[in-house]
Amino acid sequence: MKIDRDSLSEIGTTVVRNKSRSLLTAFGVFWGIFMLVVMLGGGQGLQDKLSQNFKGFATNSAFVFSGRTTMPYKGFQKGRSWTLENADVTRLRAALPQLDVVTPLLMFYGKTAAVKDLKTSCSIYGLYPNMARVEQTDIRYGRTINDMDIHEERKVCVIGKRLYKELFPGGGDPCGQFIKVENSYYRIVGVNYGGSNISMGGDPETTIQVPFPVLQKAQNYGNRVDALALTAHSGYRISTLEPQIRQIIYRAHYVDPDDKFASFIFSAELMFTMMDNLFRGVRFLIWLVGLGTLLAGVVGVSNIMMVTVKERTVEFGIRRAIGARPTDILLQVILESLLLTVLAGMAGITFAVFVLQCLELANTVDGIPTAQFQVSFGFAVGAACLVALLGIVAGLAPALRALHIKPVDAMRDE
Amino acid sequence: MIQLENIHKTYNNGQPLHVLKGINLHIERGEFVSIMGASGSGKSTLLNILGILDNYDEGSYYLDGKLIRDLSESKAADYRNRMIGFVFQSFNLIPFKNALENVALPLFYRGVNRKRRNALALEYLDRLGLAEWAHHLPNELSGGQKQRVAIARALITQPQILLADEPTGALDSRTSIEVMQLLKQLNEEGQTIIVVTHESGVANQTNRIVHIKDGMIGHIEDNVNHNASPFGIDGLMK
Repeated sequence: MKIDRDSLSEIGTTVVRNKSRSLLTAFGVFWGIFMLVVMLGGGQGLQDKLSQNFKGFATNSAFVFSGRTTMPYKGFQKGRSWTLENADVTRLRAALPQLDVVTPLLMFYGKTAAVKDLKTSCSIYGLYPNMARVEQTDIRYGRTINDMDIHEERKVCVIGKRLYKELFPGGGDPCGQFIKVENSYYRIVGVNYGGSNISMGGDPETTIQVPFPVLQKAQNYGNRVDALALTAHSGYRISTLEPQIRQIIYRAHYVDPDDKFASFIFSAELMFTMMDNLFRGVRFLIWLVGLGTLLAGVVGVSNIMMVTVKERTVEFGIRRAIGARPTDILLQVILESLLLTVLAGMAGITFAVFVLQCLELANTVDGIPTAQFQVSFGFAVGAACLVALLGIVAGLAPALRALHIKPVDAMRDE
Repeated sequence: MIQLENIHKTYNNGQPLHVLKGINLHIERGEFVSIMGASGSGKSTLLNILGILDNYDEGSYYLDGKLIRDLSESKAADYRNRMIGFVFQSFNLIPFKNALENVALPLFYRGVNRKRRNALALEYLDRLGLAEWAHHLPNELSGGQKQRVAIARALITQPQILLADEPTGALDSRTSIEVMQLLKQLNEEGQTIIVVTHESGVANQTNRIVHIKDGMIGHIEDNVNHNASPFGIDGLMK
C-alpha cells in the first residue's frame, strides 16, 4: 500500500471532479451527523432546563394532604371531611423509623403583603426549620426560621425573592423591617432566593415563611395541619412506604383503610422516576432517529461510490495493468469514501456545535447559561470517529467491487 | 526471453470455447515481433497471456526464465509492473491526470518517491519529444501524442518486453508511420517488442511475423526486407 502527497491530492481531485454529485451525497452525511449532535445537545439542554424546576427539592420526598372519605367506616358516613393534626407527626415518627423528616405545613394563598404603602399578593406558609431538608433555601440576606423562633413563637418571617424586589425596590438588607399580612405584622429576618417550581402551592418567590406555631395560632387553626412533608432515610423508597403511612394516619382519624381517595399523597420520587424514564425514552428516540439519518447518508455515499467505481472501470483496469496491486485499489476507493464522509461529517459537527452554541447563548440569565446545550469536546471527537468509521464501512462494498475489475476489462470496455 | 510451450486456453462462458490450441513460441531478447491474425483467431488471448493479464489452462510460459503460472493477484501485478510495458489501441491514459502524472504512475505503484518518479517521467517524455506537453491533460493532446505518452508510460519501468495491442488502430496513417518508426527505433536500441495487429503494413515493419489462425500458429515468416511488400511503404498500412 502506497500513500504519498500525490495519492492524497488525487483522491481530492476525484471527489472535486463531480462537484454537484459529491455535494449532494455529502449532504446526506452532513445532515445525519448534524441532526444527531444537535438533537443530543438540545435534549440535554432541555433536560437541564426541566430539572432546574426541581432544583433543591429532595427527590425521595412526599406530601400528604387530607380530604373527604369516600367510604362509610365505623358508623361515619362517607363524604366526611377530616384534617391532619399535629399529633400525626409524632404518630408517623413513632411508627415508621424509616422516615427521616416528618414536618407539618400550613399554607394560605391569595393574601396581601404590605410594607408601608407598597402592596403585593403573596402566600404565607407556616413551617418548622427542618422543612429546609425537603426544599432547600438559598438565603441572600439574614437567616432562616430557627428553633428559637418556634420555641418563643416569635412573629418573624423569611420572604421570597419577588416579594423582596417588589416591596423593597430600593434594595438593601430588609432585615429588621416589618411586613404586614392581613392584620399581623411580622419582622423580616431573611430573604430566600431559592426554591423549586414544584413546591406545594404557590411560587416560592412570593411566599412568606413564618414559624409554624405562630401561623397556627394567628389563623385559629387549633391543632389542625394542612399537609405533612416527608422524606425517607437513604435506602428506603418513600413510594413503598406510602401504604403504611396511609394506614397509620387513617387509623387515627377513623378512615376506612381501603379508602384510597380520602387522602392524597404527592410523591416527588414517582415524579422524578417518571421524568427520568421520559428523558431516557427521548434519548433513545434521538439516537434512533439520528443514527438512522446518518446511516441513510452513509448508504448514499456507498451507493455513489458504487456508481463511481462502475464509471471508472477502464481507469481501474489500466491501473491494474500497469502494476497496481489489489490492496492499492482497495485503499484508493476506501480513502475516497473516507474523505467524502469525513469532510461532510466535520462540516455537520461544526455546524451543529455552532447551532448549539447559539441555543446556549439564547438561554442565559445575567450572562450565565441556564442549561448546557453544548456537547462536550470528547463527544465531538467521538462523533468524528464514528463518521470516519462509517466512511470506511461505506467504502468497503465499492472497494470490493473495484477489486473484481480485471485489467482485461480496461481493453474490452472501449 | 519468452518461451511458450503448448499453451491451451478455453473460455467457459456457457459453451466452452477452445481459443488457443497449443501455442509454441520462442522470442529472443531484442526481437521485434508481430502477431497477426483475423479477429477471433486468438491473438488477443495470446497477448493477455503474454502480458500476465489472463491465465492459461495447459502448457507453460517462461518469461525471462521465470515460470508464469497461477500467480497471486499481487504477484501478477508486481511482474506486470517490472517486466511488461503495455501500449493499447485506445491509449488508455487516465483522463484526469496530465501527461507527466500518467507516465509516472507505474513508478508510483512501484513505490518510487515523488521527486524521482516525476524527474524520470519528464526524462522519458523528453526522449519522445513531449517535454513541453508534460502538464497537458490527455484530451489536450493529439492521437499521436497520446500514443507517445502511453509509450513513455510503458517504457518508464524499463520492461523486459513491450506489448503493443494494435498500437496504430486509432491513428491516421501519417501518425501510424510515426509511431511505428518510434517502435522500430526503440527496438534498435535493444528493446524487445511484440506487436499484435491485423494490419499488414504494421506487421511488415517488424522483423518476424507470427500468423495465428484458429488458435494455432499458422506460420512464422522472417521479414528481413521491409520493402519486399507494398504494405508499410508510404503509410500504406492496411
